[in-house]
Amino acid sequence: MSEFEPKIIAFCCQYCAYNAADTAGSMRLQYTPNVEIVLIPCSGRFDVILALKAFQSGADGVYVAGCLEGGCHFLDGNIRAKKRVVYLQNELKKIGLEPERLAMVNVSASQGPQFAAYIDEFAGVVKGLGPSPIKKQLAA
Amino acid sequence: MANTTTKSGAVMVIGGGIAGIQSALDLAEMGFYVYMVEKGPAIGGRMAQLDKTFPTNDCSICMISPKLNDVGGHINIEILTLTDVLSVKGSEGDFTVKLRKNPRYIDMSKCIACGECATKCPKKVSNYFNEGVDTRKAIYVEYAQAVPLKFSINAEECIYLTKGKCGNCKKVCPADAVNYEDKAEELSLKVGSVVVASGFDVFDPTVAETYRYSQWPNVITSMEYERILSASGPFQGHLVRPSDHKEPKKIAWLQCVGSRDVNRCDKRYCSAVCCMYAIKEAVISKEHASDLEASIFYMDIRTYGKDFEKYYNRAQDAGVRFVRSRVHTLTPTTDGNVILEYLDDLGERHSETFDLIVLSVGLTPRVNLPTLADSLGIDLNEEGFIQTQPLTPINSTRAGVFACGAVNEPKDIPTTVMEASAAAEAAGRVIAEAKGTMTKTRTYPPERDIKDEVPRIGVFICHCGINIASVINVEEVVNYCKDLPFVELCTNTLFACSADSLGKIKEAIIEHKLNRLVVASCTPRTHEPMFREALAQAGLNKYLFEMANIRDQDSWVHQKEPVKATQKAKDLVRGAVAKAALLEQMYQTKMGLTKEALVVGAGAAGLNSALSIAQLGYPVHLLERSDTLGGNGLKIFSREKDVRGYVANLVKEVESHPLIKIYKNSVPKTSHGFVGNFETKCQGPDGEFSISHGVTVLCPGGHAHTPKSYLYGENPKVLLSLDLDELLASNSPEIKKPGQTFAFIQCVESREPERPYCSKICCTHSIESALTILDRNPEATIYILARDVRSYGFREKLYQEARSRGVRFIKYCVDHKPEVVAGPNGRLQIKINDHILNRPLLIEADYLTLATGIDPTPMREEIVEVFKGQLSAEGFLFEAHMKLRPVDLATDGQYLAGLAHYPKPLEETIVQAKASAARVATILSKDHIMVGGVIAVVDPDKCAVCCTCVRACPVQVPKIVRNEKDPALRGHAFMEPAMCHGCGVCVSECPGKAIKFQFFTDEQLLAKVEALIVEKKAKPA
Repeated sequence: MSEFEPKIIAFCCQYCAYNAADTAGSMRLQYTPNVEIVLIPCSGRFDVILALKAFQSGADGVYVAGCLEGGCHFLDGNIRAKKRVVYLQNELKKIGLEPERLAMVNVSASQGPQFAAYIDEFAGVVKGLGPSPIKKQLAA
Repeated sequence: MANTTTKSGAVMVIGGGIAGIQSALDLAEMGFYVYMVEKGPAIGGRMAQLDKTFPTNDCSICMISPKLNDVGGHINIEILTLTDVLSVKGSEGDFTVKLRKNPRYIDMSKCIACGECATKCPKKVSNYFNEGVDTRKAIYVEYAQAVPLKFSINAEECIYLTKGKCGNCKKVCPADAVNYEDKAEELSLKVGSVVVASGFDVFDPTVAETYRYSQWPNVITSMEYERILSASGPFQGHLVRPSDHKEPKKIAWLQCVGSRDVNRCDKRYCSAVCCMYAIKEAVISKEHASDLEASIFYMDIRTYGKDFEKYYNRAQDAGVRFVRSRVHTLTPTTDGNVILEYLDDLGERHSETFDLIVLSVGLTPRVNLPTLADSLGIDLNEEGFIQTQPLTPINSTRAGVFACGAVNEPKDIPTTVMEASAAAEAAGRVIAEAKGTMTKTRTYPPERDIKDEVPRIGVFICHCGINIASVINVEEVVNYCKDLPFVELCTNTLFACSADSLGKIKEAIIEHKLNRLVVASCTPRTHEPMFREALAQAGLNKYLFEMANIRDQDSWVHQKEPVKATQKAKDLVRGAVAKAALLEQMYQTKMGLTKEALVVGAGAAGLNSALSIAQLGYPVHLLERSDTLGGNGLKIFSREKDVRGYVANLVKEVESHPLIKIYKNSVPKTSHGFVGNFETKCQGPDGEFSISHGVTVLCPGGHAHTPKSYLYGENPKVLLSLDLDELLASNSPEIKKPGQTFAFIQCVESREPERPYCSKICCTHSIESALTILDRNPEATIYILARDVRSYGFREKLYQEARSRGVRFIKYCVDHKPEVVAGPNGRLQIKINDHILNRPLLIEADYLTLATGIDPTPMREEIVEVFKGQLSAEGFLFEAHMKLRPVDLATDGQYLAGLAHYPKPLEETIVQAKASAARVATILSKDHIMVGGVIAVVDPDKCAVCCTCVRACPVQVPKIVRNEKDPALRGHAFMEPAMCHGCGVCVSECPGKAIKFQFFTDEQLLAKVEALIVEKKAKPA
C-alpha cells in the first residue's frame, strides 16, 4: 500500500493568505501538493458548512488562512473566522473527527515562506492522524 | 463648456511611490487623464521595500499591493516606466512635456514574468531593492508584486549588452520577449498640470566616519534592516546579521544619523520618521526573538503622530530600552560585534557591546532632484528639497506644478497620502474646466442573456511557456477536463494572457456559444480583470468567469513532483468548473447622486475644504455651530506666517463664493443615507432644516486643553499658549520690558495617562513664541522646560536658532515635573531638576506659558452619533485606515480634516482639508455611482429578523426595513448595495442562511469544495 496522501482544503482570504500563497509561488518555495486552495473574499466568509462539506466529501483536513490579527482588510473578519474554527473544532469531536483536522493560521501577503511552512506543518499533522474516518465510511 | 477650454485635461504625476499612486488614483477618479512617470522599472516606491509600518504593524506590501493593481488596471492612468523628464515648457493649464523612455530590452506585451531568463542569466549584481544585502541577476523584476510585472535588463551589467556575448535570456525566453536592440525614445505630452512625487533617498552614512558603516558588515542602515526583516527579503525574514548569518541577541539603533547633525552629516533638519521606524523595528525584532535585547540611543524621542506615543509606551512595556545619549565611538571586536561608547544624560561614560548596529538613517533629497527641478523649472530650498510655503504647502515655485510627499520635506506615510490627495486637488482645480476631456471609457457589445441556458463551459489551460508545462502534463489535464460536466470546449494555450489567445477566447465564446469560462493559469489577483474584460468584449457578463491557479499555487510550488502536480491541476480545474457551472450573471446598477457636499465645521479645515470643493465646481453646504467662521486660527500668532490674516482672507473667499451656502449657529441632528445620497437634518437659529448631499466632510475641530496645574487660573502671569499669542499679536509692552524672564512648560497634562498622546504642535509653537520674544526683546531670558523637544522636520531649524540665540532648554521627566509657586515679588518661582547639572534649579519668571496640547471637540459624541462614525480612545475621529486612508472615514462618502482627526499644525490641516476636497471630487465628478456586484443580498422570505448580520457587519451596513412587497408581512434585513464592502461575514454568520454572497454563494463554494475532493462524476447525458 502506498503512503497515505491526505487531501486538504485550505480557505484563503484574498488580501493576505491567497496573496501569501502566490508569494510562495513566485519565490518557488516547495511545499506539499496535498493542499488545494479555495479563494474567499475574507476569512470572515469561512463558514462552518464549507468545512463540513469538505469533511463529508472526504477531506482529511481543512485549513483556514486569514490576515494577521489586527490586519484584516474588513477589520475583524479573521477574528470571527477564528471563533467559528474554535467552535467547529469542538463540534468535530462529537461526530468522531479529531479537532486537529481543522486549523486556522494568520499570514500577511509577504509571508510566502511562513505560508509554505504552515501548510507543510498542518499536512504533517493530518498525515499523522491518518485518513479521515468519514472517508473510510464513504469507501465502505 | 469643457470642449472650449484651451487647457489640457491630463496631469503628469512624477513618481510611482505611495504619493504618486494616491495622486494618480484621485486625479483619474476626479475625471482627469494621468501619465504616471516612473524612473525605475516598476511602481511601488519605498513602501514596497518596507516590512511592517508603524503604528499598526501592518504589512507594507499587503497594503500597497491592491493600490498597485488599481493603478495598473486603471483605464485613465498610463504608467511610463524607466522614463525621465527632460523638460516642461508652457504654462499652467497648457504644458508641453518632453520625456525620455529608456530601453527595457524586454517587450512588455510579450513578457509573462516567468523568470526563466533570470534563472539562466549568469550575471549576478547587487540587489538594490534589498539595499545591496544580497544579489540578483542582471535581468530582473524588483519584487514579486511589482506593477507592471515585467522583467527588465540592467544594461550596464548585462554581459550581452556590454560585451556582445552570452544571450542566454533571449535563448531561454519562452515568449520571445527579449530585445537587445531596444532603444531609448523621446516622447512629447500635453498636460495641464504636474504633480511631483519623486520621493527621497536614504542618507548614505559612509560620509559619517564615526559609524564605520562602509568598513564593518554588522553596522547596517535601517533600510537594510527593513529588508532583512521582510519575509521576501535576502534572508526570507530570518533575523540574522550579515557577517555570519547568526541571530543577533543584542541590537542597538543609533538615531539621527544624517539628521539633526550639522557637524558629521551636514543635515540640519529632523527626518521626522526615524524615531517611529526604529521603535517599530525594535518591537518587530522582539517579536522575532523575545529574548533579544533592543536598545535605542536617541536625543529626543519624537513620537508626535496619531497613536505614536502609545506605540512608544508599548515598546517600553515590551522591554525596548531607550537611552538618551550621544554615541561618540564605535569599535569592532574580532567576532563581528561592535563596542559602543557613549555619554549618558548625566555625562557619564559607558561602553557596551552589541551584535548588530542599525543606523537610523535620515531622509535626503533624491540625488537627481536638482536635475529634475531644472527640467521642471522649480526651486529647491536650502536643504535641497522642493521649495514650498507654509500656507501653500504643496505649491512649488512654478504655477501649475505641485509637489507632495517626502520630496518637500521628510514625512510619514499618512501625511504623504494627505499631501498626495491635496496635490490632486490642486492639480485638478487649475484645469477644472477641462475635466473629462481626456478621459477614456470602455464600450462593450450588448450582453447576451444566458439566464435560461444550460451551462456551456469553455476551459483554457495555459502552458505559461514552460512555467506550467514543464511540471504539469497539460495535455493530460486537457483530456481529463474535456469530460467534466457542462464542459463544451477544453483546450490548451501557450500563453492565455497573450493578445492572440485573448482573441481566440473571444472567438470561442461566440463560436461555441459558451456561457461560462474557466482559465487555468496563474493567479486571479493579477489576471482576473483581464479575462473578465475579454468576456465583456465577447458580449458575456464578466462575472461568468472562474480561474484555477495552476501556476503560482501548483507548478511553481511542486516543481519536483510532476505527477502530483498534474493530479492537483486536474482537481483545481474540476473545482473551478463546478463553481463556474453555478455562476450567475451579476449586474452593477447605476444610482444617481446629489452632486453637493456637506461640510461640518468652519475652522481652517472646514473653510479650506468648502472652498476647494466649490472651486472644483461643486456646491457646498457649510455648517458652523457658532456665529463666527474661522475657528482657532483667529487666535493663533505665528512668527513664520500671518495666520490671522490668512484665516480672515479665507473667510472672505468662502463668504463670497457663489457655490458655498453658510449656515451659522447650526448643528446636525440626524443623518441617514449612503454615499451619493445623504440626507441630514439640522437645527438652526430659525428651526430645523434638511440638507441633501452626496458626501460629507467632518471638520468639527479641537481646542486647547485647559489645565488644572501650575497655578493656571490662579495667577495672572500663568498663561496658555494662545494667551501669549494674544500678547504677541497685540504687540504688548510686557514683552519688551527690560530684564523680563519668560518660561514655558511643555507637555502640560499631556503625554500622561489621562491624555496619553502628543499634541504635535506645542514644541514648535513655544519655540516660535520664544523667538518672537527675542526678536522684540533680545535681552529677555527664556527657559523652555520640555520632556522631549519635538520640532520634527524642518521645524528643527527653529529649535537650532532658539538654542543659538540663548533660549535655555531644560529637560524634565514625567516623574519629576517642575513645581511652580508665586514668588514674593510678584514673579513666579519654578523649581526643576537640571538634567545636565543634576541638581535643583530655581527659575524666577515674569511669565509662564503652559503648552497644554489639544483636546478633541466636546461635540465629538454627538457628531459620531449623527454620522455613525467611530472615536479613538482619546476622542478623535477614527479614519478608515490609519496609513493609506487618513482622510476617509469608514463610511463611504464621508471624509474628515483638521484637529478632529488629530492635533496638527495649520499647514497639515490645510493639506488634509484640500485632500478631503479631492476625495469628495472622486465621488461628485461622476454622473452616477455603480453599485452591486460582489456583495451580500438578503432574501426577505428567509430572514427571521434576528439582527445577527446587523451585529456582525464590520461597517454597520445591515438595517431592518419594512417589507416593500407586502407591508403586512414582517420586515427583513437589508444591505444597501452602495454601502456593502463585500467581505461576506454576514453571510457566514446568518443562522437562517438568508443572505447570499454573490460570486461566493454557498452553493458555488460547496460545489467547488466537493469537486476539489471527489473525483470526476459522469457527465450528464
